[in-house]
Amino acid sequence: MTILALAWAGIIAFCVMMYVVLDGFTLGTGMMMPFLKAEERNIAMSVILPTWDGNQTWLVLGMASLYGAFPLAFSTLLPILYIPLLLMVLALLFRGVVFEFRLKADKKGQRYWDGLFFISGLAVTFMQGSILGNVIQGFNGPYQWINSFSLMTALVLIVAYSLLGATRLILKTSGNIQTMMRRIAKILTPLFGFLLVAVSIFSLYVSKEINNTWLHQYNHLLLALFPAVALFGFIFLWLGLLRSWERAPYWCTVLILLCCYAGFGFDIFPYIVPYSITIQAAASPPNTLRFIMVGACVMLPVLLIYTFYSYHIFKGKVNEVIHY
Amino acid sequence: MFTAEFLSRVQFGFTISFHILFPAFSIGLATFLAVMEGVWLKTKNPLYLNICKFWMKIFALTFGMGVVSGIVMEFQLGTNWSQFTDSVGAVLGSLFTYEVLTAFFIEAGFLGVMLFGWNKVGPKLHYCATLLVFFGVTVSAFWILSANSWMQTPAGATITNGHFVVQSWWQVIFNPSVIPRYIHMLLAAYLTTLLVISGVSAFYLLKQQHLVFAKKCFSIATIAILPLICIQIFMGDTVGLVVEKYQPIKTAAIEANWNTQQGAPLILFAWPNDTKETNQFAISIPHLASVLNTHQWNGVLTGLTSVAPEDRPYVPLVFFSFRVMVGLGLLMLLMSVIALYLRFRKQLYTSSWFHKLCILLAPMGFIALITGWFTAETGRQPWVVYNLIRTADAASGVSMHNVSISLVLILLVYGVIFGFFYFLYFGKIVGKGPETADEMDMPFIYMHPEVKK
Repeated sequence: MTILALAWAGIIAFCVMMYVVLDGFTLGTGMMMPFLKAEERNIAMSVILPTWDGNQTWLVLGMASLYGAFPLAFSTLLPILYIPLLLMVLALLFRGVVFEFRLKADKKGQRYWDGLFFISGLAVTFMQGSILGNVIQGFNGPYQWINSFSLMTALVLIVAYSLLGATRLILKTSGNIQTMMRRIAKILTPLFGFLLVAVSIFSLYVSKEINNTWLHQYNHLLLALFPAVALFGFIFLWLGLLRSWERAPYWCTVLILLCCYAGFGFDIFPYIVPYSITIQAAASPPNTLRFIMVGACVMLPVLLIYTFYSYHIFKGKVNEVIHY
Repeated sequence: MFTAEFLSRVQFGFTISFHILFPAFSIGLATFLAVMEGVWLKTKNPLYLNICKFWMKIFALTFGMGVVSGIVMEFQLGTNWSQFTDSVGAVLGSLFTYEVLTAFFIEAGFLGVMLFGWNKVGPKLHYCATLLVFFGVTVSAFWILSANSWMQTPAGATITNGHFVVQSWWQVIFNPSVIPRYIHMLLAAYLTTLLVISGVSAFYLLKQQHLVFAKKCFSIATIAILPLICIQIFMGDTVGLVVEKYQPIKTAAIEANWNTQQGAPLILFAWPNDTKETNQFAISIPHLASVLNTHQWNGVLTGLTSVAPEDRPYVPLVFFSFRVMVGLGLLMLLMSVIALYLRFRKQLYTSSWFHKLCILLAPMGFIALITGWFTAETGRQPWVVYNLIRTADAASGVSMHNVSISLVLILLVYGVIFGFFYFLYFGKIVGKGPETADEMDMPFIYMHPEVKK
């Protein structure tokens, strides 16, 4: 495998990770909508409003890079996942317009848009989870994205994003919202832990490649690292919730998600279309990979700096509703 | 006729036609806002801040629509045209990667600061954010136009085993048609936006509301349209020359020119009949088509019959789209000349008939833009990459059944969101109007007169 192709697979994996972590809490905030009162919903929206577009752009970058660096994978995966992707994109469309529309709506209109924000966020997450389930299983036939395993991964992702949303709101708000979010996070945390264990065990049975990877191919001690770090994350998350720490729950949830994500990486590596097309086989010609690598090397650090900077501008607790 | 490929064409045509309206309006508004905020920082006249804040609301609404409909486009390339993306990925995929890296992220990253950062950052930094958003949308358009122009006039790549390999990135990016087409597109975006601005301010003038604001906007828009439409007509001519040189069959379809001839006449109106390969009810001006497309009195124009029928675009669509675009362009020229005349007569703000005309013209930029793209894209058919890949060979193997579901869902969702709610909230913003000076939420607290040292 060439270093360039591997590096591009790494960049795409990084983009998807950034998307999951950043848009995860945005979608998760949407899932908290039913638990909040009208004014509280305004505050919650104000938390995510200035940065949501940048968050979503990581997905756009991941897709564009997949198209440029691995056209064969792009052209194979997308038609197979036609219906779930279409539903996800349309749900993203609703989710995206809510941000603008609710700012212009009256009180009653806002209620409807908040409802739609919840539903569309839930739908986006569900579709992403079911696509994840299908990817883990490999592509052996239609409707795999809606079978029992995919439904399970969809549920895991819904709980994961909800927890991200709830803990993010703990970090960014105070008062009633924070108390409410803490209560919800206390329910979601054990649920998330239970579901993660279940889906991990289940995944050993849906794909023999995964079974082989985890049980035979690698050193068990090395692989035990991910669950161990995740467990550590769970302990501090729980402790943080009990002792009313404000930042730890969010960052612990991120840590747990990163462990899951790394585990998923182990599941499918070295494939880019599991389990038929490898990273190497799908890669663009070297001159294309080199050409886009120049852009990535220059722009990715810049991107990260100003993403960080725009978060820095809007840092701190959000106590009032923002508007133009 | 109703195959998965045909429905994919309908779906792509529909979604991209909707999509292009929003980025075009965003490009125009971002440019307008960059200028207005600059003028405000220079003059400190709160009127300009008021103008910025009002149009920024419209900008936010429009930009959001562009972002979400753009994601649909990105996915759709792969879901419905996978043979195309597989074949050209090494060329066009990298242009899209560059677009996101160098432009799209900048827009998205600084949009938040531009819209919500008034009280969080200082005026210079805020202006930086506005300029970066302007820079982002403008560069983004370049990459997209570069990719699209490469499909019109492919260069710098060779095809082996059905996959393109790049020989020269310079030739790919700066392919023969990109520069004139990019400028043509930017000007189209500016004109479209200025027509909306003049339409909205004409509406206020007619209603005798927000007069100070409306007069300023109306004055700026009507004076700016005149030079821009003149350059646009020149650029349109330049694009025409490039098309004639590299895509003669597209020119033939635009002019409904069936047989190769010297000194071809310009057909003002006709019904091109592609089975009989002739024009019915033609009204034409001798020699003019040759003069316009080649700049020579007896220039030779290649006819449609020089290629087999299956290598020709559907002529009536190209022919009429082009005429609508040009007709609207001339109407814009007329409108801006009248505006200049009224300005000299000092009747610009009082001629209600002209204000009504401007309101009618407000959406015309969008129609010119869409018909221009129709001309460019349908004129390229039956090729997706000109003379190299047929659109029919570009489609994915997705089932008819799946494409039918997606098409129906997309029609519904777009109809509701873009067809209804966008206009509803656009109307609400316009109905509410700009904030008056005393109710205006003054940003940058330290700039208030009493706080100032």
